[in-house]
Amino acid sequence: MIPLSHYLLLSAFLFSCGVLGVVVRRNAIIVFMCIEMMLNAVNLSLVAFGQFLGDATGQMLVFFVMVVAAAEAAVGLAIIISLFRNKQTVNIDEINILKW
Amino acid sequence: MTFEQGVFYSLAGITVFSAVMMLLQRNPVNSALFLILNFFCLGGLYLTLNAQFIALVHIIVYAGAIMVLFLFVIMLLNLGDDKRLAEHLGLRMYLGIAFSVGLMIELLYIFGFNTPSSYTQLSPASVEMGTVEYVGKVLFTKFLFPFEITSFLLLAAIIGAVLLAKKKLVQ
Repeated sequence: MIPLSHYLLLSAFLFSCGVLGVVVRRNAIIVFMCIEMMLNAVNLSLVAFGQFLGDATGQMLVFFVMVVAAAEAAVGLAIIISLFRNKQTVNIDEINILKW
Repeated sequence: MTFEQGVFYSLAGITVFSAVMMLLQRNPVNSALFLILNFFCLGGLYLTLNAQFIALVHIIVYAGAIMVLFLFVIMLLNLGDDKRLAEHLGLRMYLGIAFSVGLMIELLYIFGFNTPSSYTQLSPASVEMGTVEYVGKVLFTKFLFPFEITSFLLLAAIIGAVLLAKKKLVQ
């Protein structure tokens, strides 16, 4: 059998990959995909904890995280389209005025 | 090595590989494709945890809906040319890499050494807990109120997305 710690290690690795992408990459869409990856890493550890401890709350939380991720993806991509229409770029270094 | 371990380690390997490749790709379309591979492997990992319902919903929602949306936006914005997005490594980048790698080492240390070693196998109840029947029962009794609230969240997201993407701002 696979111990719980292996799932947690994988989840930790995926989460830090997501952090690395958010900090280092400059393309807004890739930053966004990294955020999705971080949400997924947390989902994996929630399901793993839930199934190892015999509690269904972990799966419920994952279900709601998925709803939030879907809503976030829709709104976030709409914001990116709107930004692109105004500035003709998705480079987050050039998107630096918070006043429109 | 048992069959179970073989499945887990190969899926985990592909997951790690696709996550790293996603970060290294310059073209956002390739990144999105590697992320889809990552999502499919995570769906497989949920299956190894006996969470069938979550595995299927994960593949349908992430690989089916969210990533299609991403690919659609990438193609809509025509981001194929990466010359305009020159990613240079400045001081801030090195600081960012140092910070993230530090976080990674910290998390791996905590999870690798501080997890109680008694959790070596799935709870016997996990087989029943992963089924649609059980998840539905819990979702519509104990978690009924949050479930209803999510409908408001989705409605707000739909309206927000339409408004944001439609609005003609200053030219």
